[in-house]
Amino acid sequence: MKELISSVKKDYLLGLALQGKRVDGRALDQYREVSVERGVIGTAQGSALVKLGNTQVMVGVKLQKGEPFPDTPTSGILVVNAELLPLASPTFEPGPPNEDAIELARVVDRAIRESQMIDLEKLCIKEGEEVWAVFIDIYVLDHDGNLIDASVLASVAALYDVKPPVSEEWTLPEFPVSKKPVAVTVVKLNGVMMVDACLEEENIAEARLTISTLEDGSICAMQKGGSGFFEREELEKAYELARKCGEELRKKL
Amino acid sequence: METGKPERLIVNGRRLDGRRPDELRPLRIKAGVLKRADGSAYIELGKNKILAAVYGPKEMHPRHLQQSDVAVLRCRYNMAPFSVEERKRPGPDRRSMEISKVIREALEPVLFLHLYPRAVIDVFIEILQADAGTRTAGITAASVALADAGIPMRDLVTGVSAGKVDGTVVLDLMKEEDQWGEADMPVAVMPRKKRITLLQMDGNFTPEEFRQALDLAFKGIDLIYEAQKEALREKYLPSLEEEK
Repeated sequence: MKELISSVKKDYLLGLALQGKRVDGRALDQYREVSVERGVIGTAQGSALVKLGNTQVMVGVKLQKGEPFPDTPTSGILVVNAELLPLASPTFEPGPPNEDAIELARVVDRAIRESQMIDLEKLCIKEGEEVWAVFIDIYVLDHDGNLIDASVLASVAALYDVKPPVSEEWTLPEFPVSKKPVAVTVVKLNGVMMVDACLEEENIAEARLTISTLEDGSICAMQKGGSGFFEREELEKAYELARKCGEELRKKL
Repeated sequence: METGKPERLIVNGRRLDGRRPDELRPLRIKAGVLKRADGSAYIELGKNKILAAVYGPKEMHPRHLQQSDVAVLRCRYNMAPFSVEERKRPGPDRRSMEISKVIREALEPVLFLHLYPRAVIDVFIEILQADAGTRTAGITAASVALADAGIPMRDLVTGVSAGKVDGTVVLDLMKEEDQWGEADMPVAVMPRKKRITLLQMDGNFTPEEFRQALDLAFKGIDLIYEAQKEALREKYLPSLEEEK
């Protein structure tokens, strides 16, 4: 559910976009202040709190033993879940995850899974019987726009924060992670492309495109959202923004 | 380790079903296949068999879901329990809820929803038999069904997937390629102005492969677009000619 925005404010924001300006004075390719705090939760194996301006997302990673899927008997399991908590926005309601929460979780899941940053093959305990399951729980605490980028950043930070569980079955020296996928969401506002939309920009944007990239500039996941469309040249522009801003974001990890 | 994976998915430039990298699977589209729906379409793409139906525009009930200035578009993508190898538990799951959302967002740009305030347009997509590429084939069928329902549209929406298999960029992945390939990228486009209304991707693409995959997708979309228009002509041309 979208928040209401007055038509005066909307026209103002759309007008600003045409001049290449934004409501908070940022450049089109500029993120809000980014902060990444690790190890914020003692009861999780790994955790992180990410702030993008006023947006706050916490991620906790838990490792638990579980049964492998029949088609991948030697592979660990990755489960990503996202909660849009009612305390994070007046538009979030208690209850089972809605389509926005499900989309958020699945977009983060693909960024992490497809980057192959976790070596799931190393998380096998006994073939076909027992493997380690990695649970990534995304907790949205304050919603001021761009939850996808904040959630991917927090998830990757939390995965790098994972301390091996105390267990006889854990035989690895450390949690097997490599690579750092970073998601950059570009929104289109009045035909103008910009990164890290704040909530007001997000609510009136025609469409968004999230591109997750790796260190080498390759793409590991994409997702278009919103009821608008993109021209092909805009995809090229979005990729350039994703690569450039992604490099900056990765320095925070 | 994954079980059952063939050593190579492309041998001598031919894919498992004999296609070249830039070829679509056999395609058949038929408009107006259901009696009760306001509009409907059936698509077969390779082994995929998909039905789409449109109901509306009609008054939205319950009324608190009405939008005072526009019609609401609702989409439901649903897989039949018998549509895949292992029986799928009936009803919505996380995957189908996400797909329903991106399909809605892929179709919205062609509709004039402000023409029908307080109304709803329902689009139902039923996957009867699945073999990869169901969301894009579903969009292709759904936009034919919307046209069949007589709903004004800026253009049709045409979907196809492109991806990477054995290091080669390919068009229209089938199940084995989706499962064992390196990348899958569903795309939907309003073909006349080449506006992209759905784009998802997972796997690994270099920027250059991404461009190649888009080129292939656009090529496939041109062919599918012709088949969509042909399906509408097949249903409506005879009655138009009678009127003359």
